[in-house]
Amino acid sequence: MGIEAAAKRAVKAPLMTTRGLSKQYVQRSAFSRNKFVIDAVAEADLEIAPECLTTLVGESGSGKSTLATCLALLERPDRGEIWFEQKEISRLSDRDLRPLRPRIQMVFQDSAGALNPRFSAAQIIAEPLEVQGRETGQGLRTRACELMEEVGLSPDWADRRPLEFSGGQRQRLAIARAIALKPALLILDESLSGLDLSTQAQIVNLLLDLRDKHALTYLLISHDLSLAEQVADFVVVMHQGKIVERGTRHDVFLRPRHPHTQQLVSACHVVEAAFRTAQAGGQP
Amino acid sequence: MRYLKRRAIHGALLLLGVSVLCFLFSDLAPGSFFDEMKLNPQISPSTVSALRSQYGLDQPLPVRYGRWMMSVIRGDWGYSFAYNTPVRSLLLARARNTLLLTVSATLLSWLVAIPVGTWIAGRAGRWEDRIVLTGTSLFLAVPELVLVLFLLYWVVRTHALPAGGMTSAGFDGLTPKSKLWDLTAHLVVPVTTLVLVSLPILIRHVRTSMVEALRAPFVQAARAFGIGRTRLLFRYALPVAANPLISLFGLSIAGLLSGSLLVEAIMGWPGLGPLLLEAAVSRDIYVVVGAVMTSTLFMILGSFLADFILVIVDPRVRLE
Amino acid sequence: MSTPSDTVPTGASPLLSVRGLNVTYGRGRRSAPALCAVNFDLAPGEIVGILGESGSGKSTLALSLLGLLADKAIIEGSIVFQGQELLEARESCWQSIRGARISSIFQDPGLALSPVMRVGDQIAEVIRAHRPSNRKALKQECEAILREVRLPEVERVYNAYPHQLSGGQLHRISIAQALVCRPELIIADEPTRSLDVTVQMEILDVLRSINRKWGSALIFITHNPALLAGFADRVIVMYAGRIVEDGPATRVFRRPLHPYTKGLLQLIPGGSQQENVMQRGRLPAIPGSLTDADRLTQGCIFEPRCSARIALCQEESPTEIAPERGRRVSCFNYGD
Repeated sequence: MGIEAAAKRAVKAPLMTTRGLSKQYVQRSAFSRNKFVIDAVAEADLEIAPECLTTLVGESGSGKSTLATCLALLERPDRGEIWFEQKEISRLSDRDLRPLRPRIQMVFQDSAGALNPRFSAAQIIAEPLEVQGRETGQGLRTRACELMEEVGLSPDWADRRPLEFSGGQRQRLAIARAIALKPALLILDESLSGLDLSTQAQIVNLLLDLRDKHALTYLLISHDLSLAEQVADFVVVMHQGKIVERGTRHDVFLRPRHPHTQQLVSACHVVEAAFRTAQAGGQP
Repeated sequence: MRYLKRRAIHGALLLLGVSVLCFLFSDLAPGSFFDEMKLNPQISPSTVSALRSQYGLDQPLPVRYGRWMMSVIRGDWGYSFAYNTPVRSLLLARARNTLLLTVSATLLSWLVAIPVGTWIAGRAGRWEDRIVLTGTSLFLAVPELVLVLFLLYWVVRTHALPAGGMTSAGFDGLTPKSKLWDLTAHLVVPVTTLVLVSLPILIRHVRTSMVEALRAPFVQAARAFGIGRTRLLFRYALPVAANPLISLFGLSIAGLLSGSLLVEAIMGWPGLGPLLLEAAVSRDIYVVVGAVMTSTLFMILGSFLADFILVIVDPRVRLE
Repeated sequence: MSTPSDTVPTGASPLLSVRGLNVTYGRGRRSAPALCAVNFDLAPGEIVGILGESGSGKSTLALSLLGLLADKAIIEGSIVFQGQELLEARESCWQSIRGARISSIFQDPGLALSPVMRVGDQIAEVIRAHRPSNRKALKQECEAILREVRLPEVERVYNAYPHQLSGGQLHRISIAQALVCRPELIIADEPTRSLDVTVQMEILDVLRSINRKWGSALIFITHNPALLAGFADRVIVMYAGRIVEDGPATRVFRRPLHPYTKGLLQLIPGGSQQENVMQRGRLPAIPGSLTDADRLTQGCIFEPRCSARIALCQEESPTEIAPERGRRVSCFNYGD
């Protein structure tokens, strides 16, 4: 998607904003007084532009998953604010958060672990609809089959269990479940990481199609910088719990400012350069 | 240290709660120790009530409990009406006898269960495994009572071993070596019963834990480095399989005073079991409370020991 | 079937020679083979990249080279390592080979290490399994190998437990375990999956330096062709349990012959081929996916997804052709 199109969309108010988001984990030793305080996320400020794909990049341990769970309303941050659709939501009670939950959905990395192995595909997709009271009975099954088709799965497989699907197909299933409630924001936590390159490409294309169709906004969390380089509109880089760089794909990859980003980007480019040389027939 | 303090406080609270419940339930049960005497026409009612007030049985429950608590703090656990001795010395003697039985049985069970369970786990699915599994199922299905009676019957028929009790007549006059021999002979049948009762469960648990551990990726990885079968079993799989087994071991310790009641009663073994049974039936209230409290204490110690061992053995548990 | 002279790049006798390897799980007509008619050679000190996705049989290949296939797997064919036929070997023979002459680096080192043993001890165990040694010598050797894989703070790491170390450190320890007995062949099954790109490059560096220093041959299994550029001497492409292309890395990258290889190379970002193909902001992708039904076909197994298919592809399964010296491909319509 062109830079101009992305810029146009960004002019609209951001879908979600965080200011000073922080979360700590405390570990206590069994026998001594010591405790270890780990700053999983420290003072995170970021904005997610509507109908764009924002990628959150960082190595394992950088805090990106913790940030994602806070944004998905699955955990409460210790400090900071979260604004969603112009409302501050970090201090809301569980009851007040409930109507918001269908608007923010999450797809996880381990599809086998995220889907109930005893449910059939149709049951898995229909579950959120049933819980939120959107459909009942036969309507549930019809809607589940529709969603399966939308994500590229054959409705004939509606009664199969998740473990009978391949990894890529399971992620499609997880995506179908996530879009069942017509969310505004879809958070994908390393959902592409365990997949082969060609499956990854197919799933990314599916996500882009769905975005155009349903006006979805994506927050893709990944450690794979080259993937971000291909498809992200905006890139956010995290390192040791802090956000060290933010910007459009263009800015971050052509003019990285933070040393950590520069290191990552140059490593990425070295690999690409080696590949291009090999393709040209030379020995790098 | 914080942890230890917390556990100690927990334990104390538990003991307190158990003692209250014990008193309460004993009181709720109808009757009291001297009821039998009331039926005897030769003893006058005034004697009965005099005895009752002498033993403080006519006081209300909270007062009795308070007095008991005070004396326990001083080290006096009360008085047994039936035996006419302080509860403490009675309990200690009996508990020692029970422990002789249960400690031998527990040690033997574990010493057999661990190698057998481990070996079987290495042969999972093959014919040795099936035989052991069938055997354990069989023994699990047989009630303890049937087992002990069967052994007793066989022993009586063949006169191979003494058929009950802890010592033969004239025990005190024997030489130390003969004393040991005599004791051992008396131990065989009850210990065998207890072992046969607990062994099947232990073997199965060891087997399950080991099979689980053997399936772990790091065991496969070690195998891929050429590490041999025996070493894989004992150095790689067993330490990880040990976690659930240590908790089970704690349960074994916890049951040291309470698990052998039936066997003791049938074999006439002078342990805590028959004492408790007698005391409960005859409303010898301080014996009941004392015995229950001792059992509870063992339970607390057992579970604490298990957690302690776990922390030493598993480095991951240390930081929690 | 190609003759050995086409597959061995140099004149030396191969370190590893695989012929006609078939592996099937389960019996009956409905069970498709996990590996089918796999032939390749490996020269001493050569780095071969095996390119394949999930379902390609690459992990089965790795397991068969270590003798770790499940008991119920049916194996046919021949694996000759340093002149010795391995498929007939007994378990005791395999035990002496694993870790000492053929060694493996695992994908997830967090899972491949025992959580209750110190890391140094785990490396020492590998040495102990293959030769007698005393405690002091073991420690010295372990520390030496930890330095070789460029782990700082050797003393601290040696005494640490796995849960106290970071992911990158664990990866290096996994490599250390594989290398400590200086094997002639190292099999690395996706060793850099889910790793940060900087850490990936360091791992590749370490492997390359080990290969140069000790002359250990390396079989590097991955699904990402970009990692093999400038790293592998040769590339073998696998699909659905079969080898579809085999040749020197530079030539395969410059001019891939098999349609599947071409498709894979298009997926690499920044590659010269991708720029031509990317349209509407969508990534290029190989359409469809491998299904179980496809595996039982009479014709070419890649045919349903192939952009270069011809009528013959549905009827017959292609055999290996050697269009140039040192290259093989299984396709009726290979080339540009």
